[in-house]
Amino acid sequence: MVLVKNKLEKNVDFTVWEKIKRSRESYILLAPFMLIFALLTILPMLSAIGLSFTSFNMLEIPRFIGLQNYQRMLLDDPIFFKVVKNTIVFAFITGSISYILSFLFAWLINETGRALRTVLTVLFYIPVLAGNIYFVWAFLFSSDSYGVVNGFLIQMNIIKEPIGWLIDQNMIMPSLVVVQLWMSLGTGFLAFIAGFQSMDRSLFEAGAIDGVRNRSQELWYITIPSMSNQLLFSAVMQIAASFGVSTVIVFLAGFPTTQYSADTVVTYIMDIGTTRFEMGYACTIAVFLFALMFLTNFIITGALRKFSTD
Amino acid sequence: MKPRPGRSLVGTATVFLFLLLFSVFFMLPIVYAISTAFKPFNEIFIFPPRLFVRKPTFNNFIQLNYLVSDFWVPLSRYIFNSVFITIAGTFGHIVLASMAAYPLAKHNFYGQKVLTKIIVLSLLFTASVTYIPQYVILSGIGAINTYWALILPALQSSLGLYLMMNFMQKIPEEMLEAARIDGAKEARIFWTVVMPNVKPAWLTLMIFSFQGLWNSGSGALVFKEELKTLPSVMTTIAAGGVTRTGATAAAALILMIPPILLFIFSQSRIIETMSTSGLK
Repeated sequence: MVLVKNKLEKNVDFTVWEKIKRSRESYILLAPFMLIFALLTILPMLSAIGLSFTSFNMLEIPRFIGLQNYQRMLLDDPIFFKVVKNTIVFAFITGSISYILSFLFAWLINETGRALRTVLTVLFYIPVLAGNIYFVWAFLFSSDSYGVVNGFLIQMNIIKEPIGWLIDQNMIMPSLVVVQLWMSLGTGFLAFIAGFQSMDRSLFEAGAIDGVRNRSQELWYITIPSMSNQLLFSAVMQIAASFGVSTVIVFLAGFPTTQYSADTVVTYIMDIGTTRFEMGYACTIAVFLFALMFLTNFIITGALRKFSTD
Repeated sequence: MKPRPGRSLVGTATVFLFLLLFSVFFMLPIVYAISTAFKPFNEIFIFPPRLFVRKPTFNNFIQLNYLVSDFWVPLSRYIFNSVFITIAGTFGHIVLASMAAYPLAKHNFYGQKVLTKIIVLSLLFTASVTYIPQYVILSGIGAINTYWALILPALQSSLGLYLMMNFMQKIPEEMLEAARIDGAKEARIFWTVVMPNVKPAWLTLMIFSFQGLWNSGSGALVFKEELKTLPSVMTTIAAGGVTRTGATAAAALILMIPPILLFIFSQSRIIETMSTSGLK
């Protein structure tokens, strides 16, 4: 292996095939994961693009119909625009707030002692860990006066009639945003906590000598610049999570929600794909979501990179 | 600890107040779920609703047991399904992702840069984007309605591979060279040198994989009742209406214990791994 590596570096005249043969051992280790990954991630992505130009119901062979699905999506599907709007509002609000909260909480938790830090990390992460626990919001946001939130508000004389938090078209989105925020301190949050804990302490001491006087200056001038990699990773995780919100919505607000008032692109794809079996059209919308996420990632990570180099 | 720039008392008080306030928001639903699991029937439906239980009882657990014994598939089967899928999927994921992470982190081969790029790129997308074509493929290979439909997607989580790859980059090159000079093959180096040195990363992949699999309902992937998992039992019970509120809470309480315990025990290792997660 060592010899091969040296040869590879010195001798550029190896053919591609020779290079591949010499790294045989690397490929053998890679193969099992990559085969499944190719089958269940890469192939689906490519075939989504392919199927988006077809009419496909899973029983008959896909039939090529050109751009008809795209035409339908952009011109004849009012629900599509509704769910896109919901997704963008949802992703924008929950994504940005929970990104900031993750960072803020990780920072504040880091200001406490070791024992408290451990307890608080678990506490904030429980909603993600305990997966199905979000069902409890169905009782908290229950539409009758036995619901905890309604009961409390009626008792305090803030409202007279119980509010249909998860039924009323105007209330579904705000209610779901609260639930989603509650369970959004995920992977990015852990990455931030780790980032704060692995900070180079000598930077703080140097900062103190250079005139950093308080917590917020320390955060702004020392911590944030040295955590740019974590900031980027968490942003990527956050974007993926906020565009993918689906199970919570389905469980709490129904499938589909009242008049599609809180459906996102993802639940709409599920609706079209697994209940109506219009796989071709479902793929067209998936391709759209793919493009939307790519664009968002491009803008956000670009902005973060620029911010951290300045 | 060495001195750090000024920590004013007001600042410290603000930090604690802020954390306290948000801890309450994060805790309340969980406290409510736990206390509901122990509430007698007449306490669940009182106005005004109460957060804490007054006369705790195990009736909900008894009702849960009773409801479940009415199913034609015994509860033990659902437990077996969940445990089997979670363990097989988690173990498989750790082994396969580590095997693939080693060459990506430490070798130098044709296609390495492209593969790494693809892995990082796939982190940008939620799995839901590929949900429909993935369903078509799983159905094409006959995995629908088998354990494979739930296990296979979990095996190839690119987040696990990414975290493992970053963590392995910390292994000193000399350690590997020493083994190579002794004539060890790469597969052997992987098992005897690399794997023992990345234990914190195992635990991290374990917790991510575990929480995903343990909490996954069977959805559209498995609709044979005898192959369904525990979360789907909870959903079935919850669908029975408001009179099942207590039993649902009891089921949820039982379900949430394993991942929380696992996280508590492995927290410091997970944080250690996540400190190498940064994206460049």
